[in-house]
Amino acid sequence: MHGIPRKAPTQEERDDSSLRAAKLRDLQSQLLHFHHYKIYTKEAIEISAKLLESNPEHYTGWNYRKLAVQHLLDRHQENEVDSEPPQSVLDGELILVENALKTNFKAYGAWHHRKWVLSKGHSSSDRELRLLGKFQKLDSRNFHAWNYRRFITELKKIPDENELQYTTDMIYDNFSNYSAWHNRSMLLSKLLEKRAKGYEKTENVLSEEFEFVRNALFTDPDDQSGWFYYLWLLGQTLKREPLFISSSPPHGSNLSISIDNPDCQPPFSKIYHQSKERTFPLILYFSEAVEGVNSSTVTVDFDYDGGDGLIWHPLSANKLGFSQAWLTYIKYPHDSLESCHVKVTIAQFPGIISSSGMPCSQPCFISFTASVRSNNQEHSEVQTTHKISWNVENFKAHSTHPEDANLLASLCKLDITKENRPTTPMLCMETISNEIACSRELLSSSNCKIGKLTLARLLVAHNTLITYGCMDSGTEAQYEEILALYHDLMKMDPAHVGYYEDEYSLVLMKQLTSNTESLLKLCGNYQELSSPSISSYTSVQLKGLSLSRVSCVEHLLWVQMLDLSHNKLRSIEGLEALQLLSCLKLSNNRLSSFTALEPLKMLKSLQVLDVSYNEIGSHSIDTRRYMCSSPLNSRLGSEWQLKRFTDEDADLKHFWDAYLLFKDLNLVQLDIVGNAVADERLKAFLVKLMSALKWFDGESCH
Amino acid sequence: MDETTLFPPIEPSNFDLIVVGTGLPESIIAAAASAAGKTVLHLDPNPFYGTHSASLPLDDFISFLRSHSESPSLQVQTSDDDDVSIPLATRPLYSNLEINLHSSEPLENSNKFTLDLGAPCAFLCADAMIDLILKTGINQYMEFKSVDSSFVSGGAGKLESVPDSRSAIFKTRSLLGPEKYQLMNFFKHVQGILENGSEEDMEIPFVDFLTKRGLSQKLKSIILYTIAWADYDQGKLEFCKDVITTRSGINRLALYHSSIGRFSNANGAIIYPIYGQGELSQAFCRRAAVKGCIYVLRMPVISVLMDKDGRTYQGVRLASEVTNSNHKSPSNAEGKVARGICIAKNSVKPEAANCLVFFPPRSLYPEQITSVRVLQLSSNVGVCPSKTFVTYLSAVCDDSVEGKKLLNAAINALFHIAVSSSSENNEIDNLREHAEEKPCLLWSALYIQDLTKFHGAFNSIKFTPMPDEHLHYDDILDATEKLFKELFPNEDFFATTSTSDEQHLDGNTELDP
Repeated sequence: MHGIPRKAPTQEERDDSSLRAAKLRDLQSQLLHFHHYKIYTKEAIEISAKLLESNPEHYTGWNYRKLAVQHLLDRHQENEVDSEPPQSVLDGELILVENALKTNFKAYGAWHHRKWVLSKGHSSSDRELRLLGKFQKLDSRNFHAWNYRRFITELKKIPDENELQYTTDMIYDNFSNYSAWHNRSMLLSKLLEKRAKGYEKTENVLSEEFEFVRNALFTDPDDQSGWFYYLWLLGQTLKREPLFISSSPPHGSNLSISIDNPDCQPPFSKIYHQSKERTFPLILYFSEAVEGVNSSTVTVDFDYDGGDGLIWHPLSANKLGFSQAWLTYIKYPHDSLESCHVKVTIAQFPGIISSSGMPCSQPCFISFTASVRSNNQEHSEVQTTHKISWNVENFKAHSTHPEDANLLASLCKLDITKENRPTTPMLCMETISNEIACSRELLSSSNCKIGKLTLARLLVAHNTLITYGCMDSGTEAQYEEILALYHDLMKMDPAHVGYYEDEYSLVLMKQLTSNTESLLKLCGNYQELSSPSISSYTSVQLKGLSLSRVSCVEHLLWVQMLDLSHNKLRSIEGLEALQLLSCLKLSNNRLSSFTALEPLKMLKSLQVLDVSYNEIGSHSIDTRRYMCSSPLNSRLGSEWQLKRFTDEDADLKHFWDAYLLFKDLNLVQLDIVGNAVADERLKAFLVKLMSALKWFDGESCH
Repeated sequence: MDETTLFPPIEPSNFDLIVVGTGLPESIIAAAASAAGKTVLHLDPNPFYGTHSASLPLDDFISFLRSHSESPSLQVQTSDDDDVSIPLATRPLYSNLEINLHSSEPLENSNKFTLDLGAPCAFLCADAMIDLILKTGINQYMEFKSVDSSFVSGGAGKLESVPDSRSAIFKTRSLLGPEKYQLMNFFKHVQGILENGSEEDMEIPFVDFLTKRGLSQKLKSIILYTIAWADYDQGKLEFCKDVITTRSGINRLALYHSSIGRFSNANGAIIYPIYGQGELSQAFCRRAAVKGCIYVLRMPVISVLMDKDGRTYQGVRLASEVTNSNHKSPSNAEGKVARGICIAKNSVKPEAANCLVFFPPRSLYPEQITSVRVLQLSSNVGVCPSKTFVTYLSAVCDDSVEGKKLLNAAINALFHIAVSSSSENNEIDNLREHAEEKPCLLWSALYIQDLTKFHGAFNSIKFTPMPDEHLHYDDILDATEKLFKELFPNEDFFATTSTSDEQHLDGNTELDP
């Protein structure tokens, strides 16, 4: 049980346990024999009972028991003589389970067996609740008992209100009870969903719950159980409709497309490059991960015949297929086309649902024009043969060159049609503001880290409500306080510094991209001065900001050139949404493996990549390996299997992770110097792998 | 009437110790001496056990108080052959007895009440008396019930629950969030001091220690008067006759907190014996009797026998005959305690049956310098008929006027007093405002007890302490143990080995059978 240290067993106890083990082994072999030959005599059943009472963890024993019970019940059904009535058979089972639980009240098998017996329609709820009362008194945090309690209350139709009161009583008794808080959240969810009497107004119920749990937080801020419930409440408060927030191409933009020549294919590539197939990417970005983005929920209208049945792909989808960014490729005609109008209507029909089950119900639309012009091949050749130097002087900030400002300003115009958006209920805002005040009050006397973390999360939630919720009030989103809180936390709690850095990065990027003005400061045009023939890139600089991860890409979907050097990036998840990205600088970060660069595989336009001075190859254990594609990952292992190795492929086996990444990239320029992994052998391998590669570590490959 | 038929002679007539009176300290001494193998004669002039620690039916309770409030009747000195017989006179312990009858119902059911004379008293589950009860095994003669809750009179005369434990702090509605944090944090700090010691000065007044920890006035008051059970206003050190030091304050807190959860069937820190506190002295008497102590009730001691030179004590003259040996009664009154008892039909707090209520200094009126402590008991401890509540009150005071003022103020705060029709109308209106929530008072008694401390003695005649002003028995028990050591310097006060056959009792054992 909790808080009671284990003692080393004495010699006596050891002898005793080996004696018992011998006895158990004997019983076990007898049981397996009965099980094998389907012997269900009285003696056999008694032996199984003996075994299970002393070892309730014996799963085969429980299974045998179920077969035996079924056998006895069947016999009774067939009216055989001297058959036991079902009532007494099942009673016997209940008693056995109780005895087994006395030996070990945390045996899964025993609890499951009891559920099975009850499913046969037996025992009274009173009896079960009494039993539960006993076990929960013994250990009020026994999650088996809590689990079983939910089963019983469901089976016996015990009102959720009664159970909610039970959790209140348990929490009053001792609020350090995660199981009780958890059950409370389950019950409240049900009551709120049903809109049961007294639970019609979600906001009111939640604000009462906030007050209830706050008592626990103030009494003992270092106890975590209450905080967990608090975070659940916060999640419930913020549970809102997923919103469509941005797209690429942006709403109201003019897209000019030049037709490239799709003739060169890298030798190892097997994936069909759609970018060469007269298509351009369309990305829709939502406020949270959603599913159900398809041709029936999103309609795309063209002036020309763009083809029906667009296929939408989730970018960086989670296991369940939810994603914030969804991608499709829109075909354009072979001929040059002037000002073709495209209108995209999102959520006109229901079906887009967030991972918390909220539907995107407000339809909204975007429209842009696309013009196609045939490009001369010479130009595209020139563009790819010149090295990108990343020199600062090549970067023209929008402020210094106002002629470019208009374009950038239009790209940075973040607002889509906000009119249709569901507004945040005032009460929700009040609840969050009130909780912020209370958190500050608590922190004024206690320096507890989870309190700080919660305040930071509350302030983030407050910002979210302001930025998404189109509040009439003039409240501005605040960032400095949140950043300061995470800064404190990094110092206070070094064990979780990685998490705090990530959260810090999210907030910092939010701050940087929160409005057009601040975003424009980062934007500019990049043009290689040494070769003015190259068309300029719309560029964003996010250098030296201590970012450990990327976020807020919804505001950067149009970026062609991105400088993320001199940060603390360990991951670049999120970058896959930047489908127009051509040049990416990731030098001087903390990327520790090629698998960490996996999102790049989705960037079909990427040509220039700088990953120099990272930590690739410095860590013998790649902690990301199991999350990304690798021969060790079942998701993509089969793809790897397809590849037949020959003797010459020794390098390929050696650099399998580099292979898996770069075989799908169509790079022209790569910088990899300053990583532990970078050597001549890798260079030779990569140059061979990527036939389009012209510049490697600043030097021409040819 | 022939004296010998009324008081039959006692055989043998020589004892190591003669104990007069069956009050709690006397009973403990008798039990301890018997356990140490001494021959003990235990006498009581009353027909019941307990003397001033007794629990009595309502009629007997009143008559006992009356008889001990009257001036003593002087007894005639008789001369003996060898020894000088010194007559004894009883000093009345109680004074200013005042009984208010609002309903005849309690008196009609007199025998259904069991009222404590030295009330209010209760046990903290981890206190020395409970330890002694377990050690001597007398818990087999007693049963206990939880005093489930404690309340403190808040600002506007409202009774608020005392946040005395982690779950109580969580539950209470009377503290704001930051106060909850402060209080819990203070409890943790004290826990830390107990475990690791402290650099701080333990002799400074506890109230200064609390101030240094930044506790609000409200929290200080809760800690001082409802958990450390301070008598005097600790905020006015110049009037305070009993300043609690940091050391003793922390010790009281530690005791309180180790009491919570000591017995799994007790909800809070405090328990009370079923059928009243009188059970405790009786239980010690039974323990003594098991070890051979001879008990004679209804046996008054007429005089003390001294040897001729008037210095050495020889024995006592009983109503029946002379018994030789060792052993009670000159005293000095040092302060007084005002005690009150109320009978009502409803609880002072609808949700509580057995509970404590504290009126810290200045909560009743600005000049209040001592706490008033209240213990309400319900029929589930067997001290009153069902649907009735007995409420004891006490407060330390310098004189009876002050004492009565304290108790009356507390009674007015707790009860609705039926007013006769002759009273002024506006007074009735004032009372009616609270009539619905406050229970109606049926019967009440107020009396003043002298806090007597005995000094000196005639050589081998020793005096046991009297019921004191405290809620606990700690001081009485200390004094009793000291007394025993004076009587028998070479004997153990309940030696662990010789006490009882049932030594399986330990801290984990449930006290309730």
